[in-house]
Amino acid sequence: MLRRLATGLVVLWAAATAAYLALLAAPGDTVDAIIGDGADTPLIRAQIIQEWHLDRPAVVQYLDFLWRALHGDLGRSYLLQRPVAEVIGGQLAPTLTLASSAGVLGVVLALVLAITTRRPWARRVSSTLELVLVSTPPFLIGIILLSVFSFRLGLFPVSGGQGFASLVLPAVTLALPVAGVLTQVLRDGVDRALDEPFVVTARARGLGERAVLVRHALRHALLPAVTLIGWLFGILLGGAVIIETVFGRPGLGQVTLNAVTSEDMPVVLAVVVFSAFVYVVLNTLADLAYLIIDPRLRRS
Amino acid sequence: MTIALDRPLPVRIRRPRGVGVALAGAFLAFAVAAAALPGLFAGDPLAADPRHVLEAPSAAHWFGTDQLGRDVFDRVVHGARHSLTIGIAATLVAAGLGVLLGLLAGLSHKYADEALSRGFDALAAFPLLLLALLFVAVAGPGTMGLIVAIGIATLPHYARVVRSQTFVVRQAGYVTQAVAFGDSRPRLVLRHVLPNVIGPIPVLAVIGLGEAILAAAGLSFLGMGPQPPSPEWGAMLSEGRGYLSIAWWTSILPGVVVTLVVISLTVVGRRLHRRFEGRTA
Repeated sequence: MLRRLATGLVVLWAAATAAYLALLAAPGDTVDAIIGDGADTPLIRAQIIQEWHLDRPAVVQYLDFLWRALHGDLGRSYLLQRPVAEVIGGQLAPTLTLASSAGVLGVVLALVLAITTRRPWARRVSSTLELVLVSTPPFLIGIILLSVFSFRLGLFPVSGGQGFASLVLPAVTLALPVAGVLTQVLRDGVDRALDEPFVVTARARGLGERAVLVRHALRHALLPAVTLIGWLFGILLGGAVIIETVFGRPGLGQVTLNAVTSEDMPVVLAVVVFSAFVYVVLNTLADLAYLIIDPRLRRS
Repeated sequence: MTIALDRPLPVRIRRPRGVGVALAGAFLAFAVAAAALPGLFAGDPLAADPRHVLEAPSAAHWFGTDQLGRDVFDRVVHGARHSLTIGIAATLVAAGLGVLLGLLAGLSHKYADEALSRGFDALAAFPLLLLALLFVAVAGPGTMGLIVAIGIATLPHYARVVRSQTFVVRQAGYVTQAVAFGDSRPRLVLRHVLPNVIGPIPVLAVIGLGEAILAAAGLSFLGMGPQPPSPEWGAMLSEGRGYLSIAWWTSILPGVVVTLVVISLTVVGRRLHRRFEGRTA
């Protein structure tokens, strides 16, 4: 477990360093990026260089960046002249709402599909559906849903981030590809588990088919699925950026896109490092979850 | 065993996969042909016709026309060049760098291997799209930016596989023998190790190509790809989004084509995977 934590820290450090290298490699002058459309005189330039400590050697700036990141200070936005943490924090809530509701919906959908589509024909329909869902760009799913449910049927608002009604379509859009992949993994896991001897034992004890499936086979199938939690998070966060654009929702996606187009590197960096941080934390939690799901691991 | 009869058989169902794979292959061949010689299949993708704006699909315009009266089918066919080029080039970058770094990690000293492996972990720790956005911010939007961004972001897939394969091959008898025969190091790597670790890479690349095309379409949709009026698939969807209430075809039909390409790649890739499974070092 300690080793896992150490590895996680190293990965985080490497992620922060890679992101910082990207910042150094970014084209254009940092001073230009900070000035933006503002007044540009030699005096202002000198002030900026002093204020942002741009006259220090790159190594010192890098160590300073790490030190501050360690304390949760991700720097200041060039463009908005506000702390990055504030910029991101203010937009985090809508994105987290979207990602978590989509995550829950996707997982529930996958569980239901993996258990209910055991008959050969149902399984065939379901696996074709999964293939289509996995291969469809999420923004196409969003645009189709938008076209049918918002423009044709007028059931949901076309854009915006206010209220529950505006959350339904984006969450479904994001949940469908997730459900597609998870169902495949769970189904394979259940298939493999049903071949194990303990299933024969369970049946011999007179357990019903449903109970065998849910209480024994599914539990085994969960293990490989839990490994995917980091991937799931990546899909949800990356997908949220696109889905927010499709549905015109406020959130991290808008912040990131604005930052990328205006070369506001501290914000881009912070979003990327933040997402790596959450990924590492989730993967460590997943390792803990193994212990809960699989009693065999507790003993070793 | 009467118990076994009343439950679904655990045996995998054999799908009539010949038909699906053939269809997928034919569609991919068409897509590649369209990318290579778009003029053969479609007219000018930039020819605007203000008299026929946002017309529904018809015999004259199979996919309808867009807000400038341009034929959507022509644009989709010409868009194949942009989208497939980015996808294929990004996959080549990823596979090439991945094989190189994977070999390096697998063959080098414990500490260098550890450093490289953590590097792969760090790259894999970023969501693909966000990492690609970071690289686009550095390399700038456009075709080259997307290729570099997606190529680097997907490199760990290949590097990890090659690394673990290299570990296996390193121990193999023929390598020991080659060492005993006094083969030089470069010869050892090129003649004996590389050919035996590279086996799974082409199949991985076919499946990875689908992922790269999806990522490229996504980034173009966000405006990070080839700039308008270039007919790129993701960018077409983004333009069409604004006219969704009156003309669904300008965005949905290009999207369906992207989906079909990715599905075909997945179907072909899975078939190849099953075929070559177990045939590694």
